[in-house]
Amino acid sequence: MLDATKRYASLPSFYRLCGRLFAWLLPATVALFAAGLVWGLYLAPADYKQGEAYRIMFIHVPSAWMSLLVYMVMAAAGAVALVWRVKLAELIHIECAPVGASFTALTLATGMLWGKPMWGAFWVWDARLTSELILLFLYLGVIALYAAIPDRRKAARATAVLAIVGVVNIPVIHYSVIWWNTLHQGPTVTRLDAPAAHISILAPLLFMAVVFKLYFITVLLARLRGSIAEQCRAQQWFRDEAAGRA
Amino acid sequence: MPDLLDWLAMGGYAWFVWPSYLIGLAVLAANLCLPVMRHRRLLRRGAAEEGGR
Amino acid sequence: MTPRRKQRLAFVVILLAGFAAAAALVLYSFEKNLLYFYTPTQIAEQAPPAGRTFNLGGMVVPGSVRRGERVQFELTDNHSTTRVVYRGLLPDLFGDGQGAVATGRLREDGVFAADTVLAKHDENYMPPGLAESLGQKPVGIAKPADGYAQ
Repeated sequence: MLDATKRYASLPSFYRLCGRLFAWLLPATVALFAAGLVWGLYLAPADYKQGEAYRIMFIHVPSAWMSLLVYMVMAAAGAVALVWRVKLAELIHIECAPVGASFTALTLATGMLWGKPMWGAFWVWDARLTSELILLFLYLGVIALYAAIPDRRKAARATAVLAIVGVVNIPVIHYSVIWWNTLHQGPTVTRLDAPAAHISILAPLLFMAVVFKLYFITVLLARLRGSIAEQCRAQQWFRDEAAGRA
Repeated sequence: MPDLLDWLAMGGYAWFVWPSYLIGLAVLAANLCLPVMRHRRLLRRGAAEEGGR
Repeated sequence: MTPRRKQRLAFVVILLAGFAAAAALVLYSFEKNLLYFYTPTQIAEQAPPAGRTFNLGGMVVPGSVRRGERVQFELTDNHSTTRVVYRGLLPDLFGDGQGAVATGRLREDGVFAADTVLAKHDENYMPPGLAESLGQKPVGIAKPADGYAQ
């Protein structure tokens, strides 16, 4: 009982921390994202084979990496929530799901727009594309299951189990282009030897990847602040906070 | 001016490159705005309830 | 760690390990079905029944492309080669030395009749000037063909 009170009590301080960090991170993320857009869309050279069409990569690839990373954060937070019953871990776990789903949807949408002019098809059922689509369904499953269980804490534990089971899909997505014949090409950056992209193209790509990670932290903090506010809306500390701001 | 049009044409792939970035910006902006709006709504409601006591 | 937490941790570990093992078994047993395309060597070793639609993938043999009303080219995996005939639009990236995947049927005479041809691109990205100085034969930068021009 004392333990639970202590955990609950840490939410107000975390709520304030979220607000402070968000105020700093938001302008930094926006500025760096704008710089990444200029670098990728204007400064980076055209590709020797794909011409200008390859520029879709600067949004497709960081988004695809984030779709995997956010899933692992979601599953890890879910595991902590299952084993230690930390309320904050439950919140991180469930707030990751919509963000990860949107990264996955963005990956699929930009991939289709890249596939049509280069491959000749918006969609093919190869192992890479199919496993990424399954990832989207896993995210949507977590969101739907959480919405279906009225008790927030029980719901978080149920979705944590689903998320942990789905972790199996992550290496399948990553290695699909190595294990099986696919239409999707193999990895450019994460290979044992040197990356297969020239530095003038690799640099903006990695820059965008870092910006996407920063963006994820920013969004996650905003979401956590919102969900703490939602859960504590009837508590005195939050009402004081709200009255102080008004 | 011709340079700008050239850039906008994206080597003929404008219809694939620009929609990708537009969808990307829309999704990323929505992810940022929705939780901020939700938080503001909760703050307003909290302040109203606190003031009404 | 309390015994209860130890128990829950064990549950999480066993859950993940169990599903990983199950997934590995399923993927291993379905390996053939997960391949997006067959290579010319696989066709040569064990030809699929005539009339069955499947995907054939390989590298376009340089100089083998005959364009016209009907496109003809050869796909190779550097071991076996299959001739392909196709009627329709080719993707922008299609060309000599480039990967391609054709969907269609193997005819009685061993020629592959394709309904669609997709281009496969590799994982290399570099500026055009550099590609030439590396001794890559000059490849045309992709330009929108009739089908995709705006």
